[in-house]
Amino acid sequence: MNIVLIFLITIFSVSLFFYGKSKTKTISIKDNIKLNALPKFYGYYLVLWCSIPALVFLLVWSLFEPVIIKSIIIETAANQGAIFSDKNEANLIYEKIKAIHLGTYFGDIDSILKESALAYAKFINLFTNSKVVLIFGIIIASVIYSLKKIKNNNKARDDVEVILKGLLFVSSLIAILTTLGIIFSLLFESIKFFSVINIFDYLFGTNWSPQRAFVRDASSITAAEFEELKDAFGFIPLIAGTSFIAFIAMLVAVPIGLFSGIYMAEYASIKVRRISKPIIEILAGIPTVVYGFFAALTVGPFFRQVGENLGLTVSSESALAAGLIMGIMIIPYVSSLSDDVINSVPQSLRDGSYAVGATKSETIKQVVIPAALPGIIGSVLLAVSRAIGETMIVVMAAGLAANLTINPLESTTTITTQIVMILVGDQEFDSPKTQSAFALGLTLFIATLILNYIAQRAVKKYREKYD
Amino acid sequence: MTKEERLKKRHRAEKRFRFYGLTSIFVALLFVVILVQNIFSKGSSAFKKTIITTEVFFDQELLEIQNGASQEEIMEADFYDIMIENLIKAYPAKNRDEEDELLKLFSGDAEIEIKKAFLNDNKLIGKTITLDLTASDDIDQLHKGNYPRDLPEERRRISDFQLVIYDYFVENKKISKNFNNYFFNNGDSRDPELAGIGGALVGSFYSILICLLLAFPVAVLASIYLEEFAPKNKITDFIEININNLAAVPSIVYGLLALQILLATIQLPRSTPLVAGITLALMTLPRIIIPCRASLKAVPPSIREGALAVGASKFQSVFHHVVPLALPGTLSGTIIGLAQALGETAPLILIGMVAFVVDIPSSPIDPSSSLPVQVYLWSESAERGFVEKTSATIMMLLSFLIVMNFIAVYLRQKFEKRWN
Repeated sequence: MNIVLIFLITIFSVSLFFYGKSKTKTISIKDNIKLNALPKFYGYYLVLWCSIPALVFLLVWSLFEPVIIKSIIIETAANQGAIFSDKNEANLIYEKIKAIHLGTYFGDIDSILKESALAYAKFINLFTNSKVVLIFGIIIASVIYSLKKIKNNNKARDDVEVILKGLLFVSSLIAILTTLGIIFSLLFESIKFFSVINIFDYLFGTNWSPQRAFVRDASSITAAEFEELKDAFGFIPLIAGTSFIAFIAMLVAVPIGLFSGIYMAEYASIKVRRISKPIIEILAGIPTVVYGFFAALTVGPFFRQVGENLGLTVSSESALAAGLIMGIMIIPYVSSLSDDVINSVPQSLRDGSYAVGATKSETIKQVVIPAALPGIIGSVLLAVSRAIGETMIVVMAAGLAANLTINPLESTTTITTQIVMILVGDQEFDSPKTQSAFALGLTLFIATLILNYIAQRAVKKYREKYD
Repeated sequence: MTKEERLKKRHRAEKRFRFYGLTSIFVALLFVVILVQNIFSKGSSAFKKTIITTEVFFDQELLEIQNGASQEEIMEADFYDIMIENLIKAYPAKNRDEEDELLKLFSGDAEIEIKKAFLNDNKLIGKTITLDLTASDDIDQLHKGNYPRDLPEERRRISDFQLVIYDYFVENKKISKNFNNYFFNNGDSRDPELAGIGGALVGSFYSILICLLLAFPVAVLASIYLEEFAPKNKITDFIEININNLAAVPSIVYGLLALQILLATIQLPRSTPLVAGITLALMTLPRIIIPCRASLKAVPPSIREGALAVGASKFQSVFHHVVPLALPGTLSGTIIGLAQALGETAPLILIGMVAFVVDIPSSPIDPSSSLPVQVYLWSESAERGFVEKTSATIMMLLSFLIVMNFIAVYLRQKFEKRWN
């Protein structure tokens, strides 16, 4: 139906374009008046008026129609005596009603379901009809309005440009809408989570075992269950595991990345630089799932084998393997950024250093790096935020159980791993377990936001200093 | 320490420092090589499959259909007995147990493969033809040399008797390798020898197409607004900060966003390329806007001023002159953004693309998988055959990424003007 409507709107718009163009032309010839814009702009003007209001209306309607119909149908089903104790059962009944309507339901149909299916059909019909009527109403109204305007010989080009400018502005607002969407969707579930779990129990608890929280309905919780839940969501092991793996990653990425950056900025000939820089940047372009596969199937077992030969017990999901591979993934983030930063250190500082007899490496260590330090720290912080938000490597190569450890040979888990583990497969939306994933997401979002903010400030300050 | 000694020491330090730098670059490059080599050595064998050449006799007594049967009749007919009768003749087995072991050398699709042969030529009843039947995963891996045969029998998936049959097949040249069409045409399967990336390819294609259709226009319009029209005020600053922050938000957060808004609130169908495309578009948007703005910024002001001077409106100067000049940079930025989106996994896992989907999706609202998610799914499977399938999928994924990046670089170098 929507496709038909969009098709009709397109046809109307195209025909209105030609109508507007020729109409204004004939008017100007017949009445011998000077048009305020080229005829084609009158065409564009009609097109915009015909299509935009109708399409916006169609989009908004399609977003809300299913939600509204669903709530109405569940209510009518309840009025007719359908019994459901929570949201999941209501959803199930709604799906059944929908399937009966589509003729794809093969279970038993009782009278309640049958009645509801009829009501559903009625509502679908009603909504579709009113949608079509309203859309045509909108098109007619806006076309009448715009036709009147062009008959009055408006400044069509200016008007078209104003509308287009509005369109450009709306496009740029989508970034803000996305941010708002992220914040609201994370906050919404997190608030529900924190209404069950005390925020301090979450932030300072040392035990993370959400699988214990199989309580279905958060609103009807018994005291015993509450005690159970209280210490099931301790954040400390997760942040410890995340920081630990990120720390190992930085141990790999910072020296390699920094030295490569220095070499490429200070020593490498143009030719070497032109070849090696893109190859190192390949590392950032490889999908993380590939690293995860490599870490889980090659590096993990390899470390285990080596450990066995040395008489050590190495978990095949060790923090070391995940951290090492993550570090390699991050090398280009450090190297490219620090390369840029070092390049923008003014040559005069180097020349001054050479003039007092310093060697190249002494100049780099004692003049260039201190001068570039804020920028380098910024790039390292950006890399850290990458590392803590990285998901696939740790999901595939790090462990699932949360244990507080500083032994890199043992397995440990991270925030992102837990989010994936909780949300993979079927979730019940109102259980504290599911909501905890959103609380973790919120924590992660805030942490990366702060890191990025500091990093960007550092880099910007540094840039301003030498620009 | 004399002056000379000190100088020598300083020069040694200089050399050491240089050596560290060179080593770092070398280590990074070495890793690229190791990774690629590792994936290729594991994955290249997946493009071939092992086939067993078998004689199949279409016995009238075992089939309920006649020569010249219609397509529907053949589709409905049961070829199970024909399959069993013919396959157990491949090697003289002595009892039921041995026959069962013999049958296990063939893939689960042997019946369908025989049926297909009959579909191609429906006058085969009473005749004998030789057919290339796909071997089971264990034989496949054994034949490719990925499976050690010198283990004790209880630790092998292949029994001693099966090894004897295998050797007999090899000796009689009945076993060979052929192009693995299943890998490209089939959807997911629990049997490695039948599993393919057909569904994942189509799913990825739809997702990226939707991502492109949504993200590209919005990103271009937004960057035109911010670069050319936006007044310098608080709102513009706020939008800019927002875009920079969004580009650094971990991808999994977009998965949570999609789960809450697209799936729970507006109830789009789960596990579909439609939802994946929208999610990826939201994620890619800031990553496209940044290079788009850079390429708009690179167009010198003289172009705009020239257009304005001959009487163009602001809009005409931007859309007729600036945007076409910025287009190569814009396109290459978009392609690189899409390449990142193609490899993205975490948000897709959260919106349920990890579901086991056998059918190849026919539209963006069918449940589907995608290439990187397929890699994740198969890497969790225990069967040995999935290791090479996973590596081969990665090879496909990487070659798409290489092609996309190559196009991006080509566009930039070929069409972008240098303003000096």
